[in-house]
Amino acid sequence: MTDQKEMEESQHHVVSPMIYIIVGSLLLVLTGVTVWASFQEWGNFNAVAALAIAVVKAMIVVLFFMHVKYSSKLTKLTVFCGLFTFLTLVGMTLSDYISRAWGTW
Amino acid sequence: MSSTIVSLPDQSTARIPKVNFYTKENGLLSWLLTGDHKRIAILYLISITFFFFIGGALAGLIRLELLTPQSDLMATDTYNKVFTMHGVVMIFLFLVPSVPATLGNFFIPLMIGAKDLALPKINLLSWYLYIAGGTLVIFTMATGGVDTGWTFTTPLSTHYVNTNVLSTGLAVFIAGFSSIFTGLNFIVTIHKMRCPGMTWFRMPLFVWAHYAASILMVLGTPVLAIAIVLVALERTIGIGIFDPTKGGDPLLFQHLFWFYSHPAVYIMILPGMGVISETISTFSRKRVFGYTAVAFSSVAIAVFGFFVWAHHMFIMGISNYSMLVFSLLTMLVAVPSSIKIFNWAFTLYKGSITFETPMLYTFGFMGLFTIGGLTGVFLGTSGTDIHLTETYFIVAHFHFVMVGGMLMAFLAGIHFWWPKMTGRMYPEKISQLAAVVTFIGFNLTFFPQFILGVLGMPRRYAAYPPEFQILNVFSTAGATVLGVGYLLPILYLTWSLKYGAIAGDNPWQATGLEWQIQSPPLTENFPVTPIMDHEAYDYEWLEKQREKEVASVG
Amino acid sequence: MSDSTALAHEAPEHGHEAHPAYLRHHFENTAQQADAAGFAMWLFLLTEVMFFGGLFTAYLIYRNWYYPAFVEASHQLNVVWGTLNTAVLITSSFTMAMGVWCAEVRKQSGLVLCLVLTFILGIGFLGIKTVEYKEKIEKHHVPGFHYSLKSFVDPQSDPEIYKEYHDKPLALDMARHTEVYFSLYFAMTGMHALHMIIGIAILVFMIFRARAGAYTAGHVTFVENFGLYWHFVDIVWIFLFPLLYLISRHQ
Repeated sequence: MTDQKEMEESQHHVVSPMIYIIVGSLLLVLTGVTVWASFQEWGNFNAVAALAIAVVKAMIVVLFFMHVKYSSKLTKLTVFCGLFTFLTLVGMTLSDYISRAWGTW
Repeated sequence: MSSTIVSLPDQSTARIPKVNFYTKENGLLSWLLTGDHKRIAILYLISITFFFFIGGALAGLIRLELLTPQSDLMATDTYNKVFTMHGVVMIFLFLVPSVPATLGNFFIPLMIGAKDLALPKINLLSWYLYIAGGTLVIFTMATGGVDTGWTFTTPLSTHYVNTNVLSTGLAVFIAGFSSIFTGLNFIVTIHKMRCPGMTWFRMPLFVWAHYAASILMVLGTPVLAIAIVLVALERTIGIGIFDPTKGGDPLLFQHLFWFYSHPAVYIMILPGMGVISETISTFSRKRVFGYTAVAFSSVAIAVFGFFVWAHHMFIMGISNYSMLVFSLLTMLVAVPSSIKIFNWAFTLYKGSITFETPMLYTFGFMGLFTIGGLTGVFLGTSGTDIHLTETYFIVAHFHFVMVGGMLMAFLAGIHFWWPKMTGRMYPEKISQLAAVVTFIGFNLTFFPQFILGVLGMPRRYAAYPPEFQILNVFSTAGATVLGVGYLLPILYLTWSLKYGAIAGDNPWQATGLEWQIQSPPLTENFPVTPIMDHEAYDYEWLEKQREKEVASVG
Repeated sequence: MSDSTALAHEAPEHGHEAHPAYLRHHFENTAQQADAAGFAMWLFLLTEVMFFGGLFTAYLIYRNWYYPAFVEASHQLNVVWGTLNTAVLITSSFTMAMGVWCAEVRKQSGLVLCLVLTFILGIGFLGIKTVEYKEKIEKHHVPGFHYSLKSFVDPQSDPEIYKEYHDKPLALDMARHTEVYFSLYFAMTGMHALHMIIGIAILVFMIFRARAGAYTAGHVTFVENFGLYWHFVDIVWIFLFPLLYLISRHQ
């Protein structure tokens, strides 16, 4: 069964420490970047930049530190479901608040 | 009703199997420290029955008060406490765990050919968390109760009442984790512990329904948890997150609360729908029509269920845009539910229908859930909802789906699987009577409430205009009949434990792995790991099995 | 418990190794058990995502409504401490990942070292947090406890912050909304810190078990799954840091 093989592969795959060193350093660098970016005058783009950097950092933690890149399809689907539900909560709630000031139809 | 599919072993020689999960170990600790999913299911069964009767007593008090237009049986503040506690107990301590924690716990491993759930210790923890939450609710009631309504709407709950909001909130928080862990356990079990040959599309639809409900439990309940935490912080420290004077928005609580509480109604109904799939197939002797559609519709209900929560907030101050979007999405979520009703109806078509008690409850479910569901469409339409919300129309709607629907499904399941869980049959005639009494009582209680709602009687009011009295009297009369209908099963099911006929392995001649083993089952469920080599609801396979049995005995 | 030794073992189903002591009897083999445990951990993390999700929703709404208040209130947080804490937590994630690797390749002393380092870094994070919280308490910026608007209606009364950012004084109603910012600050970092404390407590337990060799004999599930939890707590901070500290540091 492919389920079985996938399961065994994801358990036997050992991520090498070099990957961790690269990812860890990248995370520290990106932290520096995000602090630097907050001192720049980019208007609304400041918030976009900060969130984008945070998303990249979170992604490399999930993919490499948490081994999701080397995990089964089920694990990837699970992560996606969590993200999707989180975005539904935030997005649909915010859509109410943002649309409140739109005036009458 | 002389035809029946019941096939019991010869009562003069039949015995309950000496080794079963009850007799395997003795003593209180063997129950309180068990990892056996079947024992935990029985523990849950006893506990939720206890809380059901507390909730029922509170309902009795409500109906007694509403016999007369004045608030004369109890003070209005007390009435507020009574309906609040009724809601809290019935929803969090009865409906949410009812089918999953009892029948789900007992039968999911059996149905997929596993020896237990994936995480037995977490299963036991779930029960202890449930008991802790329930105890805290009782403590709350004993120390004065809470009167905010089960919905804890802010700023009433955070700024304007002096009642036990905190302890109730904590109780619900703890009970919520019980639910989360149950759902988590089910998802892992269904993914990882199916026996060889048990593909996703060979599982009974009962398992699919629980899978969908479990997704909701895992993803929805934590949002309720954070909503409660924020209310607690607001009440104790005054952080200002829901306080308009500090710039907070009371509506934010409602967004977070209903983000869980709408999926919660699907958490409550989906397992019941799973039961109906099983009973309707068994008592029509026919495979469920459109297996794939029913399976996918369960998951669809779960997914869409996350997109509609603000239909509980149409009059609360959300934007017009939100009203539009959520109303449209609510129309969408009704579709998968109706797919199920149609498929069950098509299952009946050209089936060999018999009317044993589980089937009576099943028919009750199909009619009453449909009515409840259709009235949901009136409420999902924002225009009509403005007039009907916060009236008795809403009360009638959710009691039709939850009591006429879910509770009947629960009773159907209890009766259907009683012989498997206990090894004994319940007495058929009195149970059929109880089912009919329940159906009549239910309609007499709740149908008048639709009319009351349209006429304009608000909910959560102890006193009402005198012109509403006659319908309220009908409703209370119906509640008395309903009470009898619910009391009877307690009596005859308890009776059956000692005096019921020995059921044997498969009194219903049903398909499903749980019916191929002894009643009650062994602790390890299966002496040998089963291999699933046929489709779900395969009555031809069942015929072949019986021929083999007869041949080998002869 | 139902782990009775009277259970008949179906020998052919049990795989090639005589089954190890840590195999629970309702599983067919250790691979299934480890797989199920990992999946269960991920599902638990999903519940944590939704739990924090409510707080992030609240934050995004109020930041949108009260942006000036949020900007000025965030200037009260020390960027140096915040950045340092972020670096500490990222490093602890690195040491934790290395710990999991040590367990997988059965280097016991390496594992213990990594767990100890993670522990120290975790304590360091909490220490810095304590310093920050102390500052907030001293300046009366804790909602509900004699919350003071002074720094916001009269920024010049707070010379260190004013030197950096030259904030304009806020109108009284907008100044009041800084209390919402601090409510969210304490709720979110407090919830995060609570998860750190629980994690550190489990780390202590794990250090003792690791020294006894529990995780370097092929059974790495506990360390792996704890690693997932620790990385998740790190991810929450990765978002908290820019959202709370770096709203707008330019002038």
